[in-house]
Amino acid sequence: MSAPGDPILTVEHLSMRFGGLVAIDDLSFSAQRGHITALIGPNGAGKTTVFNCITGFYHPSVGMIRLAHADGTTYLLERLLDFRIAKLARVARTFQNIRLFPGMTVLENLLIAQHNPLMKASGFTVLGLLGLAVYRHAEAAAIDKAKYWLDRVGLMRRADDPAGDLPYGEQRRVEIARAMCTDPVLLCLDEPAAGLNVRESAELNELVLGMRAEHKTSILLIEHDMSVVMGISDRVVVLDYGVKIFEGTPNEVRNDPKVIAAYLGVEDEEVEQAEAEVGL
Amino acid sequence: MEYFCQQLINGLALGSIYGLIAIGYTMVYGIIGMINFAHGDIFMVGAFIALIAFLALVAIGVTAIPLALFLVLLIAMALSALYGQVVERIAYRPLRHSFRLAPLISAIGMSIILQNYVQVAQGARVKPLPPLIQGGYTILPSESFPVQVSNVQIIIVVTTLVLMAIFSWLVANTRLGRDMRACEQDLKMAALVGVDTDRTISLTFVVGAALAAVAGLMYLLYYGVIDFFIGFVAGVKAFTAAVLGGIGSLPGAMLGGLLIGLIETFWSAYFSIEYKDVAAFSVLVVVLIFLPTGILGRPEIEKV
Amino acid sequence: MREAAETPARPASDLLGALKSGALAAIVAFGLFSLLIGVRTDQGPSGALEIELRPVALGVIVAVAFVGGFVRAWFAGESLDLASYVPDQVKAAGNQIARYFGLALLAFAVIEPIAFYDNRYVLDLGILVLTYVMLGWGLNIVVGLAGLLDLGYVAFYAVGAYSYALLAQNFGWSFWICLPIAGLLAACWGVMLGFPVLRLRGDYLAIVTLAFGEIIRLVLTNWQSFTGGPNGITGIPRPSFFGIPFTDDENGFAATFGLEFTPTYRIVFLYYLILALALLTNWVTLRLRRLPIGRAWEALREDEIACRSVGINTTTTKLTAFAMGAMFGGIAGSFFATRQGFISPESFTFSESALVLAIVVLGGMGSQLGVAVAAFAMLGAFELFREFAQYRMLVFGIAMVLIMIWRPRGLVATRTPSVALGKAKDVPAEIVAEARQ
Repeated sequence: MSAPGDPILTVEHLSMRFGGLVAIDDLSFSAQRGHITALIGPNGAGKTTVFNCITGFYHPSVGMIRLAHADGTTYLLERLLDFRIAKLARVARTFQNIRLFPGMTVLENLLIAQHNPLMKASGFTVLGLLGLAVYRHAEAAAIDKAKYWLDRVGLMRRADDPAGDLPYGEQRRVEIARAMCTDPVLLCLDEPAAGLNVRESAELNELVLGMRAEHKTSILLIEHDMSVVMGISDRVVVLDYGVKIFEGTPNEVRNDPKVIAAYLGVEDEEVEQAEAEVGL
Repeated sequence: MEYFCQQLINGLALGSIYGLIAIGYTMVYGIIGMINFAHGDIFMVGAFIALIAFLALVAIGVTAIPLALFLVLLIAMALSALYGQVVERIAYRPLRHSFRLAPLISAIGMSIILQNYVQVAQGARVKPLPPLIQGGYTILPSESFPVQVSNVQIIIVVTTLVLMAIFSWLVANTRLGRDMRACEQDLKMAALVGVDTDRTISLTFVVGAALAAVAGLMYLLYYGVIDFFIGFVAGVKAFTAAVLGGIGSLPGAMLGGLLIGLIETFWSAYFSIEYKDVAAFSVLVVVLIFLPTGILGRPEIEKV
Repeated sequence: MREAAETPARPASDLLGALKSGALAAIVAFGLFSLLIGVRTDQGPSGALEIELRPVALGVIVAVAFVGGFVRAWFAGESLDLASYVPDQVKAAGNQIARYFGLALLAFAVIEPIAFYDNRYVLDLGILVLTYVMLGWGLNIVVGLAGLLDLGYVAFYAVGAYSYALLAQNFGWSFWICLPIAGLLAACWGVMLGFPVLRLRGDYLAIVTLAFGEIIRLVLTNWQSFTGGPNGITGIPRPSFFGIPFTDDENGFAATFGLEFTPTYRIVFLYYLILALALLTNWVTLRLRRLPIGRAWEALREDEIACRSVGINTTTTKLTAFAMGAMFGGIAGSFFATRQGFISPESFTFSESALVLAIVVLGGMGSQLGVAVAAFAMLGAFELFREFAQYRMLVFGIAMVLIMIWRPRGLVATRTPSVALGKAKDVPAEIVAEARQ
């Protein structure tokens, strides 16, 4: 399927093999700029593996992953190191199992995310060591940005608490705030709604939509919670056993028999029979 | 050529000793992911126990060398196994869920304890023993440099082979072996399916210690002199062997041991004997930088 | 305050169980110690080993083991929580004291040479302690802040010492020039050593750094032509008071300031010198902690993958930690060389690395104050045990194991955040992660 419009991320023929196990098999899809693209599929479909390939934590066996900035600069992510993808290509991510810095306060977590601009401002530490004003200003600006995001996720009162002390839902929000502090053009959220109740999921939806609207961040989302997927995605890509079985709008996906079969574990023959009956 | 063959034989004998110690390192690392820093010193303790047991047996009248050595072997294995068990219970088990540095520091402390305990108990001087097993065979007669295999060397290699065979059989076919392999793959899961992980881990230490004791006895017979410090250097070399062969792999440990023995022997023979320890340590550095999974090891995927 | 609970009479089965426990401990002790302690081997006049039985020593140890096993089983139910016996008011006062403890320690360190002016022994001890405090603070950057297991720190100490010695001897440069150069050389060495190995995990990194430390010591011992081999380098120039030597002639320090000559002046100068160097290490560390690099170090310790995901180049971050630690180690080494006037490879063994590492771990959590107190305690204890030189290292090993079992996080069990919006709250040790994979 070709990618019309303005794709920010193009994945072409991506395959990931671990020894004899094929986790992803010839996957191609694209995510449009300014869209919220959801990656769904049953457990073990390879969704987090796709994320790890995009963000550089795995090195793909085969394939190309292209990230295009609005000003035309492109990056081939399958060749970049993980931290460069975050730093240069400005792709941020959250983790399925939440990876905060638990012994550091929430504020410190958000400041660490701004490490690169702060390092430059501190003259790679030298100017900072000498206490020059240029660093002090930069640090104040960084703290302001951290405060902004803390406010957006509603955790201002927790700024000085150790991140490991926070309840699960709040830790998730800190992780998202931390990712946003890196000013990403593409934000990859790995099951952000896991463990959230209905009200919290609705708040998450609002937060993500707000990020897209105000900061023009494109979002790639892995999710099992269909209220989130259906509520906010512009486009959905469905994986099963490492293979893309459908790509389309949320409504189209909802009704596709292959997708339903994949989630419910129906035999392939039954799917074909159902399709034949319906006349597909 | 003859010189080369002789060094080859010497290297294999030395390598067998390193291999026996390396098995202890590789098993413990495989099962709980920790370098047992004190393992080299268990080897040293085993050598001392062997020495003292021998002298004691001679003193009470057991003069037939083969019988005495056999008894010494059993005693050394049993008592070293006890040391291994006690060390694990005191210094490692309480820290199993603690942060990463804690068992390492504890192990270093245990190593210091063992070295100094032996030094205090037996004095700092070296302990010599007259050669108990004499003679050998000339396998390549030559005027300039006959190649010889001594009986000690034969005993070392044969004992090692026998123990390896027993041990491999144990790991592959017994309940204990299966438990060990399960714990090595996934400790939590093994506990959940009913494996007594504490006991399995203890037994791993125990078996490793027993093999190290055999190595200690072999060392004593081969070199004829021991002191309280032999554990440190032999320990690092044996650990190098374990890594070189592939950590977690039993045949790897033996293979690594033989390779390290050969490298050390050839280096001393052809280059310089003062720097032979540097050669062994450098091999460790090179292997860890370029081939961290070793020759027979399995590459690990980082799960993100 | 704990209420004294009613303890009912213990049944006989408890007593029997405790006796069994004691007996088991006694049997294990017998097994362990029968040969190694019960029998003593020594070289007799003919050169062969002779044995001598020591039944009394063995008997004592077995008896102690029996009692120990019995006591442990008997009191198994009751936890020995000493802290609960301390009244709350005392605990609160204790926290107040802890806050000012650092300042008090500093004040003591500053006036110590003046207070103990006549006591050469105390002055020397002070210099020794401060040297290890500096080494501890240097290694603290690597192990305490960045969480990198370095078992070969003594290598940088040695590089600093030998660099200083060789530069001073062969080029005749003054102490004040050689010192920073030696530090830089040690830092370069740190980068070279660190570059290939810093991507190794945990224990592997530890053993590789140990190997490096040993390689350097072996090379120093064997490269006679360059390093003087096992005899080391002697006649290292002593420091001067900014150009004025500490000799008893007319140009000397004493004459210049119109004082009577005593060798104590040089010692006092050395004392304040190491104090200044240590305080410099401390100041730099505290500042770096609040700069992005320091925060990156601490984040690295907690979760390396999360660091990479926010764009931090973990390789350069680790290298800078390693290099900074190496630099301070090198500077301490230079000081050591000039203080002793002579160095040899014997001073740079693995035991030194182990001692400095023990100081850092005992201090806890990358805390500067903790490391200083730990250095003071360890070296103080060493000195107290001086008469029992044989048993000193044995006790050191036992202490290491015991401390790890009872208080693995070290003396200072909290972490102070480097920045806060409101009031900075200390983070308890249990929450701080350590290298999540």
